[in-house]
Amino acid sequence: MIKGAIIGLGKMGLSHAAIVGAHPKVDMVAVCDTSSLVLDAFKKFTQVHTYSDYQEMIKKENPDFVVIATPTRFHYAMVKYALENGKHVYCEKPFSLHAYEGEELVHLAQSKELINQVGYHNHFIGTFRELKRLLQTGILGEIVHFTGEAYGPVVIKEKGGTWRSKPEEGGGCLYDYASHVLNLIQETIGRPTEASGSQLKHIYSKGVEDAVYCSLKLENGVSGQLAVNWSDETHRKMTTSLSIIGKNGKIICDATEIKIYLKEPVKKEGLEQGWTTKYITDFAIPVNYYLRGEEYSAQIDNFIDCIVNNKQSVYNTFEQGLYTDKVVEMIIADAKK
Amino acid sequence: MDKVLFGDNQFFAVNHASDEKARAQSIRFKEDKAIMKVLDDAIDLGINTFMCTTHDRIANICDILRANPEKYKNFNIYPCMPYAHKYANAVTELGIIGTIKQYVPGNLFGTFAKGGMAFVNKDFIKLIELLIDAEMKMFKGINTPVIFIQNVIVDMILGLKMHGVLKAYDEYIRKKYNAEPGYITMNMPALLDVLNSLGIDNPIICSSINKIGFRMSGGIELYEKYLQERQFRPIAMQVLAAGALRPKEAIEYLGKFSNIESVLFGASSKGHIQETKDLIESTI
Repeated sequence: MIKGAIIGLGKMGLSHAAIVGAHPKVDMVAVCDTSSLVLDAFKKFTQVHTYSDYQEMIKKENPDFVVIATPTRFHYAMVKYALENGKHVYCEKPFSLHAYEGEELVHLAQSKELINQVGYHNHFIGTFRELKRLLQTGILGEIVHFTGEAYGPVVIKEKGGTWRSKPEEGGGCLYDYASHVLNLIQETIGRPTEASGSQLKHIYSKGVEDAVYCSLKLENGVSGQLAVNWSDETHRKMTTSLSIIGKNGKIICDATEIKIYLKEPVKKEGLEQGWTTKYITDFAIPVNYYLRGEEYSAQIDNFIDCIVNNKQSVYNTFEQGLYTDKVVEMIIADAKK
Repeated sequence: MDKVLFGDNQFFAVNHASDEKARAQSIRFKEDKAIMKVLDDAIDLGINTFMCTTHDRIANICDILRANPEKYKNFNIYPCMPYAHKYANAVTELGIIGTIKQYVPGNLFGTFAKGGMAFVNKDFIKLIELLIDAEMKMFKGINTPVIFIQNVIVDMILGLKMHGVLKAYDEYIRKKYNAEPGYITMNMPALLDVLNSLGIDNPIICSSINKIGFRMSGGIELYEKYLQERQFRPIAMQVLAAGALRPKEAIEYLGKFSNIESVLFGASSKGHIQETKDLIESTI
């Protein structure tokens, strides 16, 4: 058994705590949060040790890994402390608020040879994995354009008062919602190197943007567009999709299905000319414990497997998370022009 | 429990295989009367149980049921609480304390806030009871013989090993609502073990059961073993595996397990409801 601990018990932290708690190879020894309400719930109903000071927790409990799911502004100090104390670290997205801080953490994790992972869960959704595989086989021919989108009903009226409504703390649609799509574009199609025409739009929030629109150019020369809006109540929950147009057709992919249109059939993939739709039921990654979606368990399973087998993850390394932070900074700089 | 339980996903744009189909459903069921028309069709076909989440719009449906007591006197609702997205979106926006403040009704939480957290710390069970009462308010005067707790909560409690919460839920539903508690889960074998360890025998558990093992965490072999060997009252859901299976082969698979009491399914057309109901009743 390896020992794990959780720092930050908000929505994602509780979800991670449940997944880590259910993992057969892990003993979840401790949790840390500043809310006495949440800690007291753990005290009343579980045997897990509770802390309000993460440094004390790491020292006393000496876990093999920590999961950090605090507001983004705390990531740097917490990740740094955990790495310096030799802990493997799983950190929620977005990774860092300032790329120079993220840079330092990437180097620290690499020099200490510690397993590191960031919580961009879309890479653990079977349809998006299939999309990446199909693109790598080149079935679309030369890529002409892409569109990355995400919509959801997070802020649908004028109010707010948590860290998510403060830009300096990593709140706002760009850090919170658009980062998912940017990371997906980055790892599936190519790394963005230039943002233009960026618009950060306020709809209901005062301090932060509720929507992000921009054009992106990727390192491989492909260009496309980003459209993300977290004040869209026509969606029941967050809906993320990528559309890619190539000279030989088009693929539209979301978390539930992947729709492929081909001008010419691709025999080795068994894909005919015209439309083919494939569903998540064929691609879902099997998990031993399910909470809210296979992807949330699958990403933690991946992290734990990497620790047990002492090999770095190919998915969601700190370096990949840092690159997304840099793209976020590109968009902010462009919007200010 | 009836063999056929009519579900509500189709009314609320929940489709596990296609966001596009979900959107089409959301347009079709924009008006409450469109939902009521389908429920009336189901009732005409002899379906008497509607298993639904505590979505705001269900409150409107309950108003219609109460306004026509004679017509709906044999109609049962199995509430499934909570409507999780309401809380999940609220937690993102307001934080955990803010969400509790928003949804726990009135004075009691006010008392908590004034008296500081010390009071809360001692009384989680009371807080759970208040949340249950808030969710159940819309069903006043309606038959709710079984009351479910949704999978996202059951499974989170399971992972966090906060088993006392399940025990508190079970006792409160029996005592206050004189109803049978039910559990929805994506982790049926693990849940049954825990419920049994708490002394909750022969529980009603609603879980995915389909021949491709979709959303059957722990694996299809373990599910089949539990269905064959263990004592509980299973309800099968996601029997079509989000549309991957045809109704006939899907229901035939369920026929292998003699203790499955009920099948939960949702549909929008009368023909489709009839066909699925007939299949279930001839197989289960």
